[in-house]
Amino acid sequence: MAEHAHTETFALRVQFDTEAQQKDASTLGMWIFLITEIMFFGGMFAVYTVYRSWYPDVFAIASRSLNEIIGAINTGVLLLSSFTMVMAVRAGQLGQQKMIVIFLILTLLFGGIFLGVKAYEWNEKFVEHHIPGQADFHLDDVLPGDQGHAQLFFSIYFAMTGLHALHMVIGVGLLLTLIVQANKGKFSASYYTPVDVAGLYWHFVDVIWIFLFPLLYLIDRHPVK
Amino acid sequence: MSDPHETTHIDSVGTYVKILLALLVATGVTTAVARVDLGAFSTVVALGIACGKMLLVALFFMHIRHSNKLTRLVVVGGLLWLAILLLLTMTDFATRGILGVPGK
Repeated sequence: MAEHAHTETFALRVQFDTEAQQKDASTLGMWIFLITEIMFFGGMFAVYTVYRSWYPDVFAIASRSLNEIIGAINTGVLLLSSFTMVMAVRAGQLGQQKMIVIFLILTLLFGGIFLGVKAYEWNEKFVEHHIPGQADFHLDDVLPGDQGHAQLFFSIYFAMTGLHALHMVIGVGLLLTLIVQANKGKFSASYYTPVDVAGLYWHFVDVIWIFLFPLLYLIDRHPVK
Repeated sequence: MSDPHETTHIDSVGTYVKILLALLVATGVTTAVARVDLGAFSTVVALGIACGKMLLVALFFMHIRHSNKLTRLVVVGGLLWLAILLLLTMTDFATRGILGVPGK
């Protein structure tokens, strides 16, 4: 254990004994960060759960005003980006430097499409006067006294999808950095940790959306009796 | 310095393609099943499918399948804390009105 005479590389810093040990430490550190993110989003999911249990009918009507087909397609785009991300990590494991760059660019592309569609959806809310706090806020089929509860749904909708989109934007920044580094040939089969942990982050953001999609878009879609 | 017991597991492209297809199909199913009137059960189905998708992403895309025990423990521990957060919050909000006493 005392032989710390090895030359320092990206894959093996002086404080670690083996490359595997360093890799495990990085992975564990990233997961600890993701756990804090789960609790961060968890608070919002708790808010959602409380208000949906209080106003289930208004939430169902508000949910029906979202376009679930666009939502489903966008979910598919995000899942596709997770696939290309894991393929970039796989290219890292195999030390295929060019493939890392190609798959990271594809991930960036799908992530960009997701954000574009999201921007379109948000714009629709402005057109339809479904912005909470707006003086002319109005949701059809909801009693005048319940309009406040409908605003609550859209507040939660914007807060949660907004926070999710913010994470996507950060992910785009990470991808851009990785693409530049990968293009310079920084990563190899023995060192691709940044690609790996950025992948964990990207998949985590994907998982958040996996829950946001049914919770926001798919409350009681069946025809009203 | 490489340890033969800790070599990286590399999944095949086919595995990842199958997982992607399963995730896309699950997305289609959850969208379609939302149009069926299942009453209160529809939320259970929606969350069940979402949990299934989360498991696929975590186990395969996030490599939990090949992770060491400490990492797995951290992940399960995190979900446990989330469960505590949601459960204890709801024990309050769901039971506030059931006793007709002041100060509820």
